[in-house]
Amino acid sequence: MSAVSNAGHPGTAVGLAANQWGQGDNPDPLIRHKHGLVGTSVSRIDGPLKVQGKATFAAEFVKEGLTYAALAFSTIAKGRIETLDTSAAEAAPGVVLVMTYKNAPRMKPMPLFMTAEKAAGGDNLPIMQDDRVHWNGQPIALVLAETQEQADFASSLVHATFKAEPSVTNFKEAKRRGTKTGEFGGGPLKLEIGDAEAALTQVPVSIDAQYSTPRHSHNAIEPHAATVAWDGDALLVHDASQAVVHTAWSLSSVFGIDESQVHVTSPYVGGGFGSKTLWQHQVLGAAASKLAGRPVRITLSREGVYRMVGGRSQTEQRVALGADKDGRLKAIIHTGVVAMSHQNALPEPFILATRGAYAADAFKLHVEVAQMDMLANTFMRAPGEAVGTFGLECALDELADKLGIDPVEIRILNEPDKHPTEGKPFSSRNIVEAWRTGAQRFGWAKRNAKPGSVRQGEWLIGMGCATGTYPYYRMPGGAARITLRKDGHARVEIAAHEMGMGTATAHSQVTADRLGLPLDQVTFGYGDSKMPGAVLAGGSQQSASIGAAIVAAQHALFAQLLILAGNASPLAGLRPEEVGGFNGGLVALADLARSESYASIMGRAGRDEIVVQEDAPPPMELQNWSMHSYGAMFCEARVNAVTGETRISRFLGSFDCGRILNAKTAASQFRGGIIMGLGLALMEETQFDERNGRIMNPSLAEYHVPAHMDVPEIDVIWNDIPDPHTPMGAHGIGEIGITGTAAAVANAVFNATGKRVRDLPLTLDKLM
Amino acid sequence: MTPFTYSRASDTASAVQFGAMAQAKYLGGGTNLVDLLRETIEQPSSLIDVTGLSSAITPTADGGLLIGAAAKNTALAEHRLVLSHYPMLTRSIVAGASAQIRNMATVGGNILQRTRCAYFYDTEGSRCNKRSLGQGCDAIDGFNRNHAILGASSSCVATHPSDMCVALAALDALVHLQGPTGARVIPLVDLHLLPDNDPGKETVLLPGELITAIELPSPLVGGRSTYRKVRDRASYAFALVSVAAILAVEDGKVTGVRLAFGGVAPKPWRAKKAENALLGAPATEATFRKAAEAELAHATPLSGNGFKVELAIRTVAALMTSLAGDQS
Ligand SMILES: Cc1cc2nc3c(=O)[nH]c(=O)nc-3n(C[C@H](O)[C@H](O)[C@H](O)COP(=O)(O)OP(=O)(O)OC[C@H]3O[C@@H](n4cnc5c(N)ncnc54)[C@H](O)[C@@H]3O)c2cc1C
Ligand code: SF4
Repeated sequence: MSAVSNAGHPGTAVGLAANQWGQGDNPDPLIRHKHGLVGTSVSRIDGPLKVQGKATFAAEFVKEGLTYAALAFSTIAKGRIETLDTSAAEAAPGVVLVMTYKNAPRMKPMPLFMTAEKAAGGDNLPIMQDDRVHWNGQPIALVLAETQEQADFASSLVHATFKAEPSVTNFKEAKRRGTKTGEFGGGPLKLEIGDAEAALTQVPVSIDAQYSTPRHSHNAIEPHAATVAWDGDALLVHDASQAVVHTAWSLSSVFGIDESQVHVTSPYVGGGFGSKTLWQHQVLGAAASKLAGRPVRITLSREGVYRMVGGRSQTEQRVALGADKDGRLKAIIHTGVVAMSHQNALPEPFILATRGAYAADAFKLHVEVAQMDMLANTFMRAPGEAVGTFGLECALDELADKLGIDPVEIRILNEPDKHPTEGKPFSSRNIVEAWRTGAQRFGWAKRNAKPGSVRQGEWLIGMGCATGTYPYYRMPGGAARITLRKDGHARVEIAAHEMGMGTATAHSQVTADRLGLPLDQVTFGYGDSKMPGAVLAGGSQQSASIGAAIVAAQHALFAQLLILAGNASPLAGLRPEEVGGFNGGLVALADLARSESYASIMGRAGRDEIVVQEDAPPPMELQNWSMHSYGAMFCEARVNAVTGETRISRFLGSFDCGRILNAKTAASQFRGGIIMGLGLALMEETQFDERNGRIMNPSLAEYHVPAHMDVPEIDVIWNDIPDPHTPMGAHGIGEIGITGTAAAVANAVFNATGKRVRDLPLTLDKLM
Repeated sequence: MTPFTYSRASDTASAVQFGAMAQAKYLGGGTNLVDLLRETIEQPSSLIDVTGLSSAITPTADGGLLIGAAAKNTALAEHRLVLSHYPMLTRSIVAGASAQIRNMATVGGNILQRTRCAYFYDTEGSRCNKRSLGQGCDAIDGFNRNHAILGASSSCVATHPSDMCVALAALDALVHLQGPTGARVIPLVDLHLLPDNDPGKETVLLPGELITAIELPSPLVGGRSTYRKVRDRASYAFALVSVAAILAVEDGKVTGVRLAFGGVAPKPWRAKKAENALLGAPATEATFRKAAEAELAHATPLSGNGFKVELAIRTVAALMTSLAGDQS
């Protein structure tokens, strides 16, 4: 029994989940399994390795004959390279070669992310193929040297002059030149139901306001890096990636080789947040390696990340809400303009949350795009929702204030009974409960509704709240391989990613419970493009994707085990649906006395291991249901009456995100999202010089993210109500924490001061 | 980073001997200089490490304190006599940078740290008169939220970023220098220069001159002091405005005052106009505010930092009022 007691409470077997999702009424049996590993606080498997420095990151792979790359960047937004003098760099000590458009191998542009199933490119420009400059900060030369220091020094000796052409680096000017409707997920970011503008003029109470959010740059703790080597025509890339298979496929397209010739690994990633896809540096590293005939390590400096890895683009949003006297919404208008480059396809989709947040009669939602000559913008934690909820949820707070209705109550009042713009039923939506328990725990009842009425010395104190929301996604492409050994050890392999969220740990827990194994008998292999599946760690969809893939493989595994068990087994005659994983073997669900261990089955069959591999079924659940996660966010802010400095003193996130797989890693994800949301609210801003399109704060000293002292105790709670239509009853939770947070902060600041700041970040000059 | 030679000075004489050579630079904790080397803003051919020189902190005969220039910022902030006699100095130091940086940084290096102006740092893509006289200044019409409202010129509007120096300015600190031609002692407030037409010339230091020590006179009798730093996040950010103030009040009247600002000028800014307005005046919030207004009457705010004028005035008024309150 020792194996079982490791796995938690003995006595329950987990049957097979139906290998289909969102159809019929047969939730994953794991949902009912309450005494296993799922849901418990298991520390991250990779934790000890990381604190000992034993986890090998992309820039730490050792290769014989390794060379080091450094980049030089353009200083104009648009035009041509007029002269490019690399002679001093070439003559510098240790330099192996200098690569520019004059000698770079011929390559195709990267397939742009989201334009093909496995496309991963951040932009679709020619990479060092000509003298054209498309943005300020574009790499124009790569220096390869024997050491990083030699490469860095030599790159400072590259001298370029440019011939600038007229460029659009000013948002106003870009808008003046005309906007077009943004496209996202294959459709226009435009939706009209009824006549919202007319409805707005007919309601007794309305608000109509402009909000803005600035550009944000990606700042994962690990700067982007890759160690690259060619073996003939085969390319090996140790990358920092949240899309290994996508990257491999995209690189094969760039270099005109077969997908099978590219091998991308990414065992550890120091944060991605949407940025660790394919950018020009991996391509340049591979190209230089080809030219030099030696392995290359390319590590972007922090400045390099700012110059060539995109971030979140700026938004200008109009939110107009009309309500009856009781506070019921009649009209919701959320429109505006975002900046986008010419070479990417992501208009920051700030209306996504608004489509499903509240019930109303009429909707008018529209994202327009103004194109600029700039670095390609890209995905950043909850693209759309993170900044869109700022406009929407502040506006709702303004409306509540105008109506004299409690901000929590106005949200509950407008709770829809089905998806308000798509009409689909909700698979699982328990936000009202999250609001109630959150309000209770936070002490919301103590809030003084009159702004500016609570003061302690110089500090004005206020409370605010907002709804956070993020969709449940599951993309096609999930697949898993399970290798079960005779000694009862299971290895799961899937081309998924561990960026520090706890993926490997949580899915080891899930697998252990499903197969009836102790945690230490399960290993989870991931981060390798040669593994099954093409699973993107993005859109908070990885957990569901992995979960469905493991179930599919488990079906094949149980079927094989039962065949091998044969007639001599106590399990004889049972079908896969009739057994469960239990105590290191299979057991009949209807009769726990009928069981046989994996060791015994395989021993009798003379097998040392069984290997199965299956694809996950398509995400039908998304067709049938409206699937989202929710958060009720509460903030207490203190604003200094003298200086306008804002400090957050308390924060609570009360989440409705399906079943939580690992309490510890989940709490970390929620808190991390909220901290990033505090940064979004209070300080994050890329200083994009509109005169020449240059980013002027490309360093963590000048680009502010929250320091420890900016982060209060953050309380996170969840209702743990499983979604009956998803694997494990779970939702991905990587992005929800950042949504709603900025609005909760701004609303708390309003309650503290009576000042409504509609332009982020909420710096002190706006509150003096 | 441009290649350089490195040597460690064992005594002041040898340090100065090497320091007098062309293209030589003294190296303290390196927390600023190494960044500037990496950015190729500084390209010395030799570095003389002076962290092995005196870091002693010793009382002087007239009740003050002598601080070796190699003393680490942390050591100074935590020193018993500083905590008891010059708590404002401790406050100013711990308000700066991070614990790790303060553990490395020396007193000499802190004083001579260079501006954080983003255009100054952007060697490749921006014009800067401080780096290269005559190029122009991209900050004047660019991002200048962190820039100066006092003492700037049409050639440069950068601020001196140090917190510690603001306290030193208010404390009437003296700087002990040793150069190839001898030693001298100058007031800290006379060390840094305003940019005028040559923002590259930041101090009165002669070539090769080394800071050997800082001397603090005895504390102002009956004075209460403090340091307040206003910034964009709770820690690890440079000052938008900071104020160091020492105030002595008797019978409701100001009998002694020393006031200095950080974050608003190209040098630690001793607010003499405000001090003059305050001496003998009633210690009320209204007079403090007026005095601050007098100091800032000639402020020349830029497109992005106009708020600093009112912020500085408010901070002074609130700070001085609380100091006065402590004494009533
Ligand atoms: C991210 C970051 C944040 C920071 N935030 C703050 C802040 O909020 N407030 C603040 O005040 N500071 C801040 N700092 C700056 C920090 O205080 C300085 O970098 C530090 O004080 C410099 O000391 P050092 O000994 O490392 O100097 P170094 O970098 O070694 O030298 C700086 C300069 O002083 C010269 N020098 C050094 N010693 C002598 C000497 N004895 N005689 C003559 N010349 C000498 C060097 O040649 C060089 O020019 C920050 C720095 C960083 C990197
Ligand atoms: S303010 Fe001074 S340091 Fe900054 S760019 Fe202008 S001249 Fe250079």
